[in-house]
Amino acid sequence: MNNLIDIMQLSVEEIDKLIETALDIIDNPEKYAEACHGKKLATLFFEPSTRTRLSFEAAMYELGGNVLGFSAANSSSAAKGESVADTVRTVGCYADIIAMRHPKEGAPLVATRTAGVPVINAGDGGHNHPTQTLADLLTIYREKGGFENLTIGLCGDLKFGRTVHSLISAMSRYKGIKFVLISPEELKVPKYIISDVIEKNNIPYEEVTSLEENMPKLDILYMTRVQRERFFNEADYLRLKDTYVLTPDKMKLGKDSLSVLHPLPRVNEISVAVDDDPRACYFKQVLNGKYMRMALILKLLEVEV
Amino acid sequence: MIVDQIEEGIVLDHITAGNSNQIYNVLGLDKLDCTVATIQNADSVKMGKKDIIKIGKLIDIDLDIIGYIDPGVTVSIIKDGKIVERKKLALPETIKDIIKCKNPRCITSCEQELRQEFKLVDRENKIYRCIYCESQAPKHIK
Repeated sequence: MNNLIDIMQLSVEEIDKLIETALDIIDNPEKYAEACHGKKLATLFFEPSTRTRLSFEAAMYELGGNVLGFSAANSSSAAKGESVADTVRTVGCYADIIAMRHPKEGAPLVATRTAGVPVINAGDGGHNHPTQTLADLLTIYREKGGFENLTIGLCGDLKFGRTVHSLISAMSRYKGIKFVLISPEELKVPKYIISDVIEKNNIPYEEVTSLEENMPKLDILYMTRVQRERFFNEADYLRLKDTYVLTPDKMKLGKDSLSVLHPLPRVNEISVAVDDDPRACYFKQVLNGKYMRMALILKLLEVEV
Repeated sequence: MIVDQIEEGIVLDHITAGNSNQIYNVLGLDKLDCTVATIQNADSVKMGKKDIIKIGKLIDIDLDIIGYIDPGVTVSIIKDGKIVERKKLALPETIKDIIKCKNPRCITSCEQELRQEFKLVDRENKIYRCIYCESQAPKHIK
């Protein structure tokens, strides 16, 4: 069964092919308008989401398919205590493909065992969010023309930020990558990502606390939100949430060719005044996410266009 | 101190000194109706000190559990007073239902019927990760 649970399930060649498809969709949307006619996507969102769910739904509609699903656990039978396995087994009887978000890590992997149709992980707790990484990769590709020889700064919550972990893993496979990991002490990248991914691939990296001092060296700045929902202690969240705020003044320290990415939603870690800077790419990233999800749905459903 | 040879049964030898109690408990040897001898801090040329467990009956034992706790253990099967088979253990590739994931965000924390499954990711450093959330396995069994 074709599933996407972790970005690392996709080889570099498969990612290249998805990007190729996405670029063709951008250039020739009419060619894909009926590609999934008669197919149904189930969006099972056990945790609230605006962007990801709507992006999947828009992607399926633009491929000529239909969408069903729920957008909160309390509107599903999970509220009655049904297991993930049973829920997806049921939904697998109705839909051709499932996109699933769940607050518990590993839930989409459990889903793949009983769904009977392809399952896409649309985010599982602080663990993985592979389709956000696909959006990030298409954005990097379109902004930089490729994936090699880039200094990538990741800033904010690098501990619980699942998009950060997936992006580090995905970018670790390309030549000439350097990481600058900018976070407060409490929100540093987990040690296993450093040892199993960054060091294992001999990638140069720095762990630093100052955004300003490191701005000039970056080709890409990936900002993240400190996520309230990942903290068990509200006081810790309040103490750390405003550690980094990207402002026009800080943008002046960056290269002209800098690209600023953010998985969104932002709270206040990027000032609204930065939005007009041509180096701000986070809303382009949203659009790129839809194209990559379209490409992924086609791949998993094995639809040739 | 003399512990008799066994005619039929299993000998777990080369147990790291101090590990025999954990192996005894996790294999549930207290529930057997046969003789079980646990020898602790025996002299060993190779190890300095070691523990040995002798079980006076041929039973099915989970080698993966022993391999996870102490991969240096040798398991000898005894029949008619002679060793008929000697098994060397290694760290198992996966361990199921031996240790429990401690990550409160893991799906196994709320869906109790899921098997607790860990995968060996670093043999040298004996690191296992939960197959669901990738959290590192706790050092101690359940």
